Amino acid sequence: MFAYYLDLALHSLARNKALTALMVLAIALGIGASMTTLTVLHVLSGDPLPGKSAQLYYPQIDPQDIKGMMPSKEPPEQVTLIDGLNLLHAARADRQALMSGGSAPLDPEKANVDPFYVETRYTTTDFFPMFDAPFLFGHAWTAADDEAKAREVVIARALNDKLFGGANSVGRTLRMAGVDWRVVGVLDKWQPNPHFYDLNTGSYAYGEQVFLPLQTMLELGLDRNGSTDCWGNGGGGVGSILPSDTCVWLQFWAQLDSPAKAAAYKEFLVHYSQDQKALGRFQRAPNVRLRNVMQWLDYQMVVPDDVRLQNGLAFGFLLVCLVNTVGLMLAKFMRRAGELGVRRALGASRRALFTQLLIESGVIGLVGGIGGLLLALFGLWLVRQRPSAYAALAHLDLSMLFITFVLALCATVLAGLLPAWRACQIAPALQLKSN
Amino acid sequence: MDILPILSTLRRHKLTSWLLILEIALTCAIVCNAVFLIGQRLQRMDMPSGVAEHELLQIQVADVTAPSNPYARMAEDVAVLRQVPGVISVASSNQVPFGTSSSNGNIRLDPAQPERTLFATTYFGENLVQTLGTRLVSGRDLKPDDFVDVETAMKGLGNGDSKSLPHVTLITRTLAERLWPGQNPLGRVIYLTPVVGLRVVGVVDSLVRPNAYDKAKAQYTMVVPIRMGANKDQSYLIRTRPEDRASVMAAVLVALKKADPQRGVTTKRSFDDVRRKFFQDDRAMAGMLVGVIAALLIVTALGIVGLASFWVAQRRRTIGVRRALGATRRDILNYFQTENFLLATIGIALGMLLAYGINLFLMLHYELPRLPAVYFPVGAISLWLIGQLAVLGPALRAAAVPPVVATRSV
Repeated sequence: MFAYYLDLALHSLARNKALTALMVLAIALGIGASMTTLTVLHVLSGDPLPGKSAQLYYPQIDPQDIKGMMPSKEPPEQVTLIDGLNLLHAARADRQALMSGGSAPLDPEKANVDPFYVETRYTTTDFFPMFDAPFLFGHAWTAADDEAKAREVVIARALNDKLFGGANSVGRTLRMAGVDWRVVGVLDKWQPNPHFYDLNTGSYAYGEQVFLPLQTMLELGLDRNGSTDCWGNGGGGVGSILPSDTCVWLQFWAQLDSPAKAAAYKEFLVHYSQDQKALGRFQRAPNVRLRNVMQWLDYQMVVPDDVRLQNGLAFGFLLVCLVNTVGLMLAKFMRRAGELGVRRALGASRRALFTQLLIESGVIGLVGGIGGLLLALFGLWLVRQRPSAYAALAHLDLSMLFITFVLALCATVLAGLLPAWRACQIAPALQLKSN
Repeated sequence: MDILPILSTLRRHKLTSWLLILEIALTCAIVCNAVFLIGQRLQRMDMPSGVAEHELLQIQVADVTAPSNPYARMAEDVAVLRQVPGVISVASSNQVPFGTSSSNGNIRLDPAQPERTLFATTYFGENLVQTLGTRLVSGRDLKPDDFVDVETAMKGLGNGDSKSLPHVTLITRTLAERLWPGQNPLGRVIYLTPVVGLRVVGVVDSLVRPNAYDKAKAQYTMVVPIRMGANKDQSYLIRTRPEDRASVMAAVLVALKKADPQRGVTTKRSFDDVRRKFFQDDRAMAGMLVGVIAALLIVTALGIVGLASFWVAQRRRTIGVRRALGATRRDILNYFQTENFLLATIGIALGMLLAYGINLFLMLHYELPRLPAVYFPVGAISLWLIGQLAVLGPALRAAAVPPVVATRSV
């Protein structure tokens, strides 16, 4: 039966080539545009560490002076060095890491390669297991190395390829910022998107090439990048001048494996704030937040407004295309009232006609979906040509491919429902008579 | 033209007519808002910087090992750059207009004031007014003995020693007007921190902040006499004649390389490039909006062509009868044109309401201003035009139906 209906549908579509083409084109354009923008949105609002992100928390506390305090105000988005080290040493979470970003000149000590700048991350040992960073060779430095201000680095695979031709470089030496560093580990390809742990250095398609102990960075006074917020007489954070004690400039992340632990940690943050206030360091009443990765990204509104606006626009366009298709299909089905009347008179049930018409609209949806997919691939290629940082990420994945077809088919079958239902209401006798 | 027969026909095609009206309404609403958004973006991209953009180059250099005396290093570099033929003026700065990366401070007019008055950007650099080409409208420019090394200033800030801190500042006209409306700003004091009080010694015409996202606050700018010294985040700004930019850039790079072959140049661009980069997302968005408008109008036009063709084919016989009864070709043409005009008008009326609704939604979620009334006719006129153009073909075909059709059975 299905084969017969399909045959009828193809016949009917072939009879009116221009109209069929028009409907397919409208669907394809609508699907193409909305899938392009939806894919970009999907990529940008994705989970940077699936399966892990719900256990990773970003504690915020409020060490600012009393000036400008308002009850419902959010605490600062980073921590001071003192608080960061206090929280790190308290070690109340399952894992914790304190960090900041920067860049440093690297001298390959090869005659034919000029020195170049690499993006760096200054952090503590738990960074790697906490964020599931995969090691290709070697391992992270230890907590003892942190305290000993070891001159040790973990480098990214790309840099290892560039400097050591992809060989196991553990134990080799690297000349950076005028200092010799020992390579202890090489990370495999790893670039969480968004760059959730420090959005100030770049939200998307940003990855550090060199990781080294924060304590070593403090000792050597290496260059920092990112945001510094100060209050009172705070200052610094330019060049190699470290920000002063009344500046927040570090990110602190904690891994808390259960909701109970998260609740307990929040309690701890409140107690910590109270203790600091009692000591006279904090002036404000405890004002803490504990967001997990996705909540933090949401709070930071990491997805650009333009991308959401474009997505809305594309779906508006898809809606117009669908209304257009509904109108055309309705006109088409109604014009075939005579034919449908004959089939009814010969004994076809309403349900049979309805199925037949829906198959016809389904065929349009399928072809339109394929066209839409091609257009979406082209659209994503166009997006990738743009200069935005996230442009390079705009690729269609399997789930989006699947959604494209489901969307195209659902949309057109839905668009076919009304015209098909309307066409089935025809009284067969009346149609036969008028002809 | 009598519209009653048209209405009575449309009543027989209620569903199809409403679908067409809905399509026109949606298109109209989206086009109104999209044109408005394009206008917003173009206006933003036109934001004045207050500097001689076509005459400026920006250079950033990075050392492999930090120089022992960054201030002397910067002075040497500036001297080297000044020697290059074609260079009119050289400045050093911690940030550049539209350069994104910025240093900002909370301004207070009274050090004890709990809330900041506003959030202004702070340019730290030498010779900025002359090189950037912004005009001094009153007071004086910064003098060499106003300047303090950044490290000295930071130490002073830390131990509250106001002697080692800068004491004066330049501000923009907009900032002066915002802080002291209608009064003379010269001699007034701005507090960046409780111990950093800066006396206003000069007012410049205009100088945009590096991260000018909000038009109202784009000119909240101060120039503070702090010497930053050479480091990778500092920029050298070079003023030259517009036609010399390419040759001066090449010569400058050679001169810097000669001064220190170990050093890498991390940024080298003209100010036209700075502006282009800063507004690249706005340009891309405007381009995309134009594309969406075009696609919408084309799809809607094709939809109208399709439906009108159907109706013409369906009504061939009626048209023939009308023609046989004395209707002229023009009457038939007018009939279809009026029908489309009616549908378009209803659609546009609904579209206006929808456009207003979408704008309210956008205002709520994207910090957009209210849609000005001038944008409503834009959508209306474009849809009337598109409708009439689209229906012309089918209507002409209808008008060509000969009266003899009436006598044939279909």
